[in-house]
Amino acid sequence: MAHNTPLIKIERKISGGDFQSAGDISSEVKKILQQAGFSPAFNRRVVIAVYEAEMNVVIHAYQGVFLTEIYPDRVYVVIDDEGPGIPDLELAFQEGYSTAPPHIREMGFGAGYGLSNMKKCSDRLQISTEMGKGTKVEMEFFLEPSKGGKSS
Amino acid sequence: MNQEARFHSVRLDEEKCKGCTHCIRKCPTEAIRVKGSKAQIDEERCIDCGECIRTCPNHAKYARTDPLVALERFSYNIALPAPAFYAQFRVNTPLGKMLNGLLSLGFDQVFEVARGAEILAEEINRFLSQKKITRPVISSACPAVVRLIEVKFPSLLDNLLPLESPLGVASKIARLEAMRKGFAPEEIGLFFITPCPAKVTEVRQSEQNLSRIDGAISISSVYARLINSIDQLPDRSDIQLSSWKGIGWGRSGGEQESLCEGEYMAVDGIHQVISVLEKIELGELKNVTYCEAQACIGGCIGGVLAVQNPFIAKVSVNNLVKRYGTFHPISQQDLDEWRIKQVFTRARPYQVREVLKLDSDFKKALEKYQRIEKFLEELPGLDCGACGSPTCRALAEDVILGKAQEIDCPFLLRDQLLKKAREIYELAKRVPQTMSPKEEKEKENVESQ
Repeated sequence: MAHNTPLIKIERKISGGDFQSAGDISSEVKKILQQAGFSPAFNRRVVIAVYEAEMNVVIHAYQGVFLTEIYPDRVYVVIDDEGPGIPDLELAFQEGYSTAPPHIREMGFGAGYGLSNMKKCSDRLQISTEMGKGTKVEMEFFLEPSKGGKSS
Repeated sequence: MNQEARFHSVRLDEEKCKGCTHCIRKCPTEAIRVKGSKAQIDEERCIDCGECIRTCPNHAKYARTDPLVALERFSYNIALPAPAFYAQFRVNTPLGKMLNGLLSLGFDQVFEVARGAEILAEEINRFLSQKKITRPVISSACPAVVRLIEVKFPSLLDNLLPLESPLGVASKIARLEAMRKGFAPEEIGLFFITPCPAKVTEVRQSEQNLSRIDGAISISSVYARLINSIDQLPDRSDIQLSSWKGIGWGRSGGEQESLCEGEYMAVDGIHQVISVLEKIELGELKNVTYCEAQACIGGCIGGVLAVQNPFIAKVSVNNLVKRYGTFHPISQQDLDEWRIKQVFTRARPYQVREVLKLDSDFKKALEKYQRIEKFLEELPGLDCGACGSPTCRALAEDVILGKAQEIDCPFLLRDQLLKKAREIYELAKRVPQTMSPKEEKEKENVESQ
């Protein structure tokens, strides 16, 4: 465990229902990764996963906290929200399954690919959820494929 | 690599530049800084979109194009008019007259880029019908958008249509036809009649052999030569081949009209294009098959080298689209031959241009990032441009990268002056040991009377 001190740590608040600022965190993460000079493919999967997680809080939860830490060998992301929780995790991973209300779906959000996209894009995904309390999503992205990272 | 690979069409006329900061704020890639009261363009970042030319109140930015005398270098010259060229003239001017106008300027032959677009549309249909494509496929027709993606959205390079632009297709077919007539490659001069500087750059950066395009002449200069004579010229409808399918490419929306049924979208204006590309980067718009994206508002008719107002030009294009309703079919045999001759293949693959990277070592880059964030807190956040950088953030980056100084910001400069002034004042208040504080007070009173 040589890499225990993050090179950079960023914490942001997410407000549920705030579609005006939705995507701001993903954009900030993208900017950091681009300026750090990581490969475009790596940046893309981190940014897509972060965006999905961020949007989940905006769509479903009341509020949440986003935290990312960039280590020399990986990017760690955690999104912890206060919200309704996910009733059936297994179902939520199915592509196209969504609990988003119709007015949100009409806006083009909540198509039901959020969790499966996060799973596809990340190298490690852990979700803990409690009904009526909230959901915590943890993700890790490894910079080198040899250490378990997806080829990027 | 071709020696003109770093060529840029967008240039600065130093004499006209007053060092105002209009252009720096409009540049979509933050490629311009004002230093010593002159604008400087960062060649790595510039995408030749022409926004600075549009916005400069002193007309100090211009597009370098080729003059008509360039035709003298060749014995057989072919004009390649952009579809937007047709939209410059009065409604009801037949295309045959416009093409004849080009011949009257010294060209031996014309090949319409609109025809190239129709032919390309066939190949795009073929490409989109493949199962494994990265959606949405982004059009590669606008070179400013292609370069924007290379500079700012490298993760979308896989989405870019891996086919030639309509100009590339038209020029290769025109050269092949001329060679079939017996001309040697070096005798043939191909000149694009261009609506924008980005296309000039595409022309200058064209590779040798079949991909070579010999020059780009602005629509505005050709227009000036033709406007008084065009009505008297005979209508050469015999050399006019393109139809609605290709003519429509002159304005936004024309590409999708020429394709088979599907989920398409069109976006125009560089800042709008950026917002759509951001969406695509976040994984949205996967249901869209093809995304037409043009840097200029209205599409190519909005190019800075076009003459007509783009909204008026759009009416003309729509009119022509109605009038030229008969599409001349393209034979399968021709398509097959062009494929073999690599007419649709891009000579140069798309490449990542890492201009946003802060350091080659990512640990150092992240450290710089944090220093930028920290310094940004000291800046006023007005984005006034008085320092010569487009935004406070851009100045912070410039400072950390050693390209600018902290006190380039007039507000920080003022703070520093104030601090120094206070220090001087404090020093001035110090009373020499030999004087008593009382004497000093009396002295002050006398002075203030």
